[in-house]
Amino acid sequence: MADKETKRPITPRRRFLTDLAYTAGLGIMGGLIWAGYTEKAKSSPLTLRPPAALDEPDFLKTCIKCGLCAEACLHRPSNLDRDTLKPRPGTLKMARAQDDVTIGTPFFKPRDVPCYMCDDIPCVTACPTGALDVSKVTNPKTGELDYTMMRMGLAVVDSNSCIAFWGLQCDACYRACPLMDKAIRLEYDKNERTGKHAFLKPVVSMYDCTGCGMCEKACVTEKPAIFVLPREIALGKPGAHYVKGWDKKDQQRVQERVGKDVTTHDERSSQNPMDYLNKGLEY
Amino acid sequence: MRWSNVKYLVLRRVVQLGLLFLYGAGNWWGWKILRGDLSASRLFDTVPLADPFAVLQIFATGAVVGVNVLVGAALIVLFYGLIGGRAFCSWVCPVNLVTDLAAWLRRKLLIDRIERKIWISRNLRYYLIVLALIVSAVSGLAAFEVISPITIFNRNVVFGAAALKGGVVFSFGAGLGLLAAIFFFDLFAVKNGWCGHICPLGGVHSLIGKYSLIRVKHNSDNCTLCMKCKTVCPEVEVLGMIGKRSAFVTRKECTNCGRCVDVCDDDALGFSLRNILESNKGGKA
Amino acid sequence: MGMNRRDFLKSTAAAAAASAVGISVPDEVKAAAAKGEEGWRWDKAVCRFCGTGCGIMVATKNGKIVAVKGDPAAPVNRGLNCIKGYFTAKIMYGADRLKKPLLRMNDKGEFDKHGKFRPVSWKRAFDEMEKHIRKALKESGPEGVAVFGSGQYTIMEGYAAQKMMKAGFRSNAIDPNARHCMASAVVGFYQTFGIDEPSGCYDDIELTDTIISWGSNMAEMHPILWSRVSDRKLSDPERVKVVNLTTYRTRSSDIADFEIIFRPQTDLAIWNYIAREIVYNHPEAIDWDFVKEHIVFAVGPVNIGYGMRRKGEKSLTPVRPDGSAGKYSAKEMQIIQKEMAKKVSDLEGPALEPYGYKEGDEMKNTAGTLKHWMISFEEYKKSLEPYTLDYVAKIAKGDPDESLESFKKKLQDLANLYIEKDRKVVSFWTMGMNQHTRGSWDNTLSYNVHFLLNKQAKPGNGAYSLTGQPSACGTAREVGTFAHRLPADMMVKNPKHRKIAEKIWHIPEGTLNPVGNQHIMKIHRDIEDGVVKFAWVNVCNPYQDSANARHWIKAAREMDVFIVTSDGYPGISAMVSDLVLPSAMIYEKWGAYGNAERRTQHWRQQVLPVGEAMSDTWQWVELSKRFTIDDLWGPYTLRNGKKLPDVRKQAQKMGYKPDTTMYEILFANERAKKNYPIDLNSFPQKGFDNSECLGDSRNVVGSDGKVFKGYGFMIHQYLWEEYASFGRGHGHDLADFVTYHKVRGLKWPVVNGKETFWRFNVKYDPYAAKHAKEAGLKDFAFYGPLAKKLPSGDLRGVKEKTKKSLANKAKIFARPYMDPPEMPDKEYDTWLCTGRVLEHWHSGTMTMRVPELFRAVPEALCYMNPKDAKARGLKNGDLVWVESRRGKVKVRIETRGRNRPPRGLVFVPWFDERVLINKVTLDATCPMSKQTDYKKCAVKIYKA
Repeated sequence: MADKETKRPITPRRRFLTDLAYTAGLGIMGGLIWAGYTEKAKSSPLTLRPPAALDEPDFLKTCIKCGLCAEACLHRPSNLDRDTLKPRPGTLKMARAQDDVTIGTPFFKPRDVPCYMCDDIPCVTACPTGALDVSKVTNPKTGELDYTMMRMGLAVVDSNSCIAFWGLQCDACYRACPLMDKAIRLEYDKNERTGKHAFLKPVVSMYDCTGCGMCEKACVTEKPAIFVLPREIALGKPGAHYVKGWDKKDQQRVQERVGKDVTTHDERSSQNPMDYLNKGLEY
Repeated sequence: MRWSNVKYLVLRRVVQLGLLFLYGAGNWWGWKILRGDLSASRLFDTVPLADPFAVLQIFATGAVVGVNVLVGAALIVLFYGLIGGRAFCSWVCPVNLVTDLAAWLRRKLLIDRIERKIWISRNLRYYLIVLALIVSAVSGLAAFEVISPITIFNRNVVFGAAALKGGVVFSFGAGLGLLAAIFFFDLFAVKNGWCGHICPLGGVHSLIGKYSLIRVKHNSDNCTLCMKCKTVCPEVEVLGMIGKRSAFVTRKECTNCGRCVDVCDDDALGFSLRNILESNKGGKA
Repeated sequence: MGMNRRDFLKSTAAAAAASAVGISVPDEVKAAAAKGEEGWRWDKAVCRFCGTGCGIMVATKNGKIVAVKGDPAAPVNRGLNCIKGYFTAKIMYGADRLKKPLLRMNDKGEFDKHGKFRPVSWKRAFDEMEKHIRKALKESGPEGVAVFGSGQYTIMEGYAAQKMMKAGFRSNAIDPNARHCMASAVVGFYQTFGIDEPSGCYDDIELTDTIISWGSNMAEMHPILWSRVSDRKLSDPERVKVVNLTTYRTRSSDIADFEIIFRPQTDLAIWNYIAREIVYNHPEAIDWDFVKEHIVFAVGPVNIGYGMRRKGEKSLTPVRPDGSAGKYSAKEMQIIQKEMAKKVSDLEGPALEPYGYKEGDEMKNTAGTLKHWMISFEEYKKSLEPYTLDYVAKIAKGDPDESLESFKKKLQDLANLYIEKDRKVVSFWTMGMNQHTRGSWDNTLSYNVHFLLNKQAKPGNGAYSLTGQPSACGTAREVGTFAHRLPADMMVKNPKHRKIAEKIWHIPEGTLNPVGNQHIMKIHRDIEDGVVKFAWVNVCNPYQDSANARHWIKAAREMDVFIVTSDGYPGISAMVSDLVLPSAMIYEKWGAYGNAERRTQHWRQQVLPVGEAMSDTWQWVELSKRFTIDDLWGPYTLRNGKKLPDVRKQAQKMGYKPDTTMYEILFANERAKKNYPIDLNSFPQKGFDNSECLGDSRNVVGSDGKVFKGYGFMIHQYLWEEYASFGRGHGHDLADFVTYHKVRGLKWPVVNGKETFWRFNVKYDPYAAKHAKEAGLKDFAFYGPLAKKLPSGDLRGVKEKTKKSLANKAKIFARPYMDPPEMPDKEYDTWLCTGRVLEHWHSGTMTMRVPELFRAVPEALCYMNPKDAKARGLKNGDLVWVESRRGKVKVRIETRGRNRPPRGLVFVPWFDERVLINKVTLDATCPMSKQTDYKKCAVKIYKA
């Protein structure tokens, strides 16, 4: 460094301003990196959360990463091994850095351990922050916990690999389903090739499936042909402008989504009508 | 080595490891003494506890949190604010085990004597608190909680381990890497770099514990100016009065670790309940 | 899983997308696939599991089975399978296959009942068996040597075992696990038709309008047949009706038009209700032409007990003041005492009145008997009188939460379906009606209804007993590996039958033992009593599958008995044994099975067995080398005082020498060697392994300590053809060995190369045609020969002792409702029903070793009504004790899912050896068929 500069005296005011700028600069730089990392640290969109979890953005905000849910899951009496009376691996895991899930947050992988949907839902009642929101699994009429209200994900069938769609008599998923005949029902179809057998194809109902993953766990194919995806991934979304005429409840589906502004925008409608009209036509 | 030279060190290690063990036992064997982790937990399956900084970050994201965790955070603030001071850092935080080891090695390997080239403001932690809250607000994710080596390590111990066949098997992930990074940073880069400069949780606990009652008191009449206390102190600025006057250590950065008390052979340092008024005077001096 | 979720999603999405837009698999991929198939050999075989008898194709490569496919040419399944069939390629390759004989030994290498299992040579294994059989024969005679046989034996294995036991050891103590499965159906067939096995075939499903399932969860237990039922329902949903009668809701209720949940045991009353509806309220529905020409009415005694231990049996003495007796606790005796006498209850009182009993009477029970006599139609009608809708609805409603009105409506609807003119009806049943303390009655009751309406033995019409096991029909019943049977429906107690067998087997007259009473429960009891000293477990798992298992396990370990288990995998039975032999499994040997529609299917040996495993046939034949005429054919006195003659002199007259071995007489005789040579140049032997006849490249050191080089003749063919000769010419005709290797099975009787679809029907059954012609009948001839001469009387007894012939006629039986011996009471307040699940086969020794099936259903659960759980403060998944008077097991409760019991009943499957539910069940049997009732006993359930 040049001697000239070092020897020049720095006034306290100048020093303060330089420090301030220095700090602010570092802060902004660090903040950007940090925010960038934090964004990266958000979970894979395929993460399955415990029952009654808030929507992923709110869940990430609210979860304090204490693991009380995972401990409640692990140590619930129904998780004891029959013979050793020691806990079996629990459903809920706390994400580690390598898990592709926001570190420290609870998640589960149904193929390893599905959610057994306890009657008393201990994981949800253990949550101190409300990231697992007990009201989401409380029957509004009775005030009792209701496992059928869980919506952890939605089971999806790969009909290509599902051997029931080949005509084999499997339906292991159907029999494993705790909401059998509601969440998974069988669709009967004639097998024209054999002429005397029926297909018994598993079909998932998005209205009843809780995403517990008992089906994914039970599936007998090498990689499961039925698997649970987060509902946001698994489900499309029909427009709010049309209501099924044959379904009285369908209006509920769209009610809150109908916006105040009904104006539509696309490339064609983006021009000012005056400009358009005044443009004239070549002839 | 005399007991009085290691008393607080041993007690701290017992408390730190004991808490870690109790958290672990909560998950491994379902003990109900302490369940959860340092972010939030339940004591005896009834009393909620929560990390105030984590709750603050959650607030910053705009989330609404349950009453349980508010009560838990309030209990922690009350405890440290009234009694413990910044004791979390030296008596509870598991990272302290690592940074103390680094500091000890630094002294043994005489690394301290090598002129340091990296300078970091001890106030950085306070800036980082603000930054953490801003990033939380922007990203919608409690920002420090996704990188905090404290809770990551704590969770690694509690949840990364499984009680299998009677023994406890650990599977450390990122926690170990982060700890190693802090260890080498403290060892080679900046003395007491993490705890004394960077850790925003430490900053928060400094702020919480500013007016707490339990304090180290210096009796300059007994002081022989051996300066052992200053050698071991991780927040050496707090010992500005050594040999100069009798006073309470009142600066908020003091972690109440008691190493100075341990190493003092002259009975010039000891824990005491401070008289707020008196100490304020001392602080001003 | 090597893939993470993301990859997984990607690939499945791509696959789904490809299929969605109809992209075909690229040619190069196809080519690669074809190349992969090079070196694969496909050959036909049959599925290892249930009685459905699905055909499969097996691919082998480098001496291992690499894949299977459903056989598209197989008429039963047309290329399809259920999930057990889907995994047949994996069942032989569990990591813990038994590969060497294992003997309990002490440190000196001597046999020690309390020693640890250690590997030994085959020679040593046979030395020990020989030693202990000699000891058993010396101490207890032929009754001391017993075999737990199987409905999963191949036909040749069963035949070899049967022959060595009955002709060699002169012991009838060979009884299969099929006793637990089909015995009541057999008695039903014998008593009704005079000949075993169903009159119809699976084509009935496609031809009927109504499928009524009685105590059968076909959806899980016969999935391929269920898919045919489902298809039938789909083809005409309005016309085709499906009804499920069961004691708890099962998957078979899914496509049912309605289900009837009845109280356990009251199926007896419901059958009688339907008959009463016909006889009293719809007499016009009775086909009198048919009934008069082809039917007689009959009845037997009702005070026949429950097949439990009887007073005075060794293990029931002494009787102690506290109520306990011998090896049985006071609690157990509360139930066992009903074997001797019982009080007629309020439930059964009305039903028993026509038979001379009323509520409160003491009924003194005799031991079970098959005795029966003819009665008039009027008497039969009298027996039906009590079964009014009110009475039956009252005792039979099984779901406390269903209204009586709704239940009555269903009963009426059910009766109407049967009665409706021109409506074809098939009644299917399995274990619900067979595993029943009045199972034989229940079976005959089913035919009653079909006979009255002339809806039996016609396409699309008939009461149809489905089999559980793959060869319960083929091996256990047709070969007759039962204590009382010989091949082709012949009986050991019938001197003419014995004579026929002795002639075919080339053994002296009088060799065969006429006393055949050691059925499977009796063998267990005889071990407990110290009579049986040697028992050999073949292709079954009796210490897991027998009710009241604690007694039998204790007896096996503590009595002076030597137990040998031949198995592919170590299970409970192997664990309680003294010697364990490694057996070749299904496709490691030549074999044949017979399914529930009389279809016999053969397969060839596809691969060499693992380790030193050898087939059960080989084990029996090797054992036969150890015994000579002098050893076995001397005189014996049986327990009941009967004497077996010394036939050694006669044997000499037949050209045998005193030291001629059973091997030379029964297996490697001149007929066998001459007629069934090895022929490796032509079909079907060409290109296939044959470990018994040729030895194999493993060079297994055999029973004589030398490398086994094979018998040098085609023993499988010999055993088959000799066995088949028993049945040819009188309604059991089987085709020849080679033919079966060319076709996808044939339904016997096979006459002039043609199979028979509907027996007893002149149009379809050449034997019916022949007998009808002889007797001047038109449409039917129920030509079965058994019990076709009867005295006559009324419901209370025989009045006219002279026997009248009823040739070519079938019987309708008056059979009342009676309570089972154990019913829920204050302390044991819940019914326990046991059974299977689709994913696992029987005791799970094979399917629990298929990782996918294990993962799908890793443990047995106790299915319970949610209200019952709540009342006990139990949550889904909690561990409970299920405890009866006999024992208890810890099990997890399930209040959701596939089985939905009504309040007051729980269902626990028995595949899981860690939930050994048979420690809890009661070993009461149908006293006529000796088949155990696994479907009902009383338990209490409380938190573990």
